Amino acid sequence: MFKSLFFHIGQYLLLLKQALSRPEKPAMYWKEMMRQMNDIGIGSLIIICLISVFIGAVTAVQFSYQLQDSFIPAYYIGYIVRDTTIIEMAPMITCLVLAGKVGSNIAAEIGGMRQKEHIDAMEIMGVNTAAYLITPKVLAAIVVIPMLVCIAAFMSISGGLIASVAGGMITQAEYVLGLQSFFVPYNVFMMFVKAVVFAFILTSVAAYQGYYVKGGSIELGAASTQAVVYSNILILLSDYMIAMLLTQ
Amino acid sequence: MIIAENVFKSFGETKVLKGISTNFYAGKNNLIIGKSGAGKTVLLKLLVGLLSPTQGRILYGDRDFTAMDENAKRAIRMEVGMLFQGSALFDSMTVEENIRFPLDMFTNKTKKEKLDRVNYCLDRVEMVGVNDRYPSETSGGMQKRVGIARAIVLEPKYLFCDEPNSGLDPKTALLIDELIQSITYENNITTVINTHDMNSVMGIGDNIALLNEGQIAWQGNKDEVMDTDNSFLENFIFASPFLQRLRSDALANRRS
Repeated sequence: MFKSLFFHIGQYLLLLKQALSRPEKPAMYWKEMMRQMNDIGIGSLIIICLISVFIGAVTAVQFSYQLQDSFIPAYYIGYIVRDTTIIEMAPMITCLVLAGKVGSNIAAEIGGMRQKEHIDAMEIMGVNTAAYLITPKVLAAIVVIPMLVCIAAFMSISGGLIASVAGGMITQAEYVLGLQSFFVPYNVFMMFVKAVVFAFILTSVAAYQGYYVKGGSIELGAASTQAVVYSNILILLSDYMIAMLLTQ
Repeated sequence: MIIAENVFKSFGETKVLKGISTNFYAGKNNLIIGKSGAGKTVLLKLLVGLLSPTQGRILYGDRDFTAMDENAKRAIRMEVGMLFQGSALFDSMTVEENIRFPLDMFTNKTKKEKLDRVNYCLDRVEMVGVNDRYPSETSGGMQKRVGIARAIVLEPKYLFCDEPNSGLDPKTALLIDELIQSITYENNITTVINTHDMNSVMGIGDNIALLNEGQIAWQGNKDEVMDTDNSFLENFIFASPFLQRLRSDALANRRS
């Protein structure tokens, strides 16, 4: 088991080294990166907004329930929703969802190209396939996913406002007062660090799974599933490590 | 010319190629034939560098391909075109984009120059006017021809074809053979074809290497096939009673 783990870590690092080498024609990579930014960003916008609104709403409702009959002022709901969203919910939930949506798509796309000999065809043309197929996806994700996380945070906080005001828990003014209280800009920095790290993990792990797929459609399905599972585990692990590093 | 020097290839304990030494000549159709599992595809993958030999050398002219690092191999691959068994056309690109891909990636030609080159290649394979079609909108034979057009777009010195006739009707297969042959002769390309098709062997086989159990069992050209006394080659090429009868009739006619 450990032998296999070290083999995959080594192969993953070698693939990254190959992927980060100098592009043959930057214009082609740029074009591909733009396409990926559209696929990852615009393609995931609706689902991310939908999930974020409900996460914010549920967080507000749950905290309102916890604060009932306590001495803690009600406007704290806004403060708690804001900080939970920025520090944890927006980057983590967004990237877990994207690991499922974008990660599985990347693994299936690259794996399909491997099986249909498209990657061999590019190799024979002299294309650095690791660089051409992986780098634009990783870079696109690193640019677009922090934007999605930002939108997710905004939607989540808005969801909290809608749920708490519509549910009669607090007034809009109280919620806004909570949002403005005890604001630490460093938390936003932490959110962006997480977004960039998670974006790198979910795209590179998925690309690795697809790039080395062998066999037929069953193996391709398995690679796609593994891409999601391993990305999720690594996202959670790195979330813990970033929290430890940036909050000490 | 491509030279294979004492090439061995093993996968774990399984020895697939056991000391292949042969030459593939410029301006000729060099055919690799043999039963399924004889090691044809492995040899072709070694020649193009998709696999590395366990032992031995592959030379492109006087350049040792096996000793090169990945970057040097990529430079050689600019001189290589390959037609895959399944054509390997990129599904999300149109025919024109497929053929233009190597030009976009490796040349600084203008849009017009690229389009002219793409149209020339399409004309060369008799596929004018299909620029905007997607591979899924074309037949198997058309996909092979687009595959050939893409393989020759950078004017390669070396052309590799993996089972170019598989899955095609005899007439289309013949057309593909003629196309490969004329391109080879016109441009003095070193063409290496991996095939099962006996029509190809007898039609365009300028230099034929018969593989058996990882070794070269026979080497010669299409004219020498008919007169061979190599029993393995005889059994392989003239496998059916119909072909055996055809051969005996031809030999009898020649004697009389």
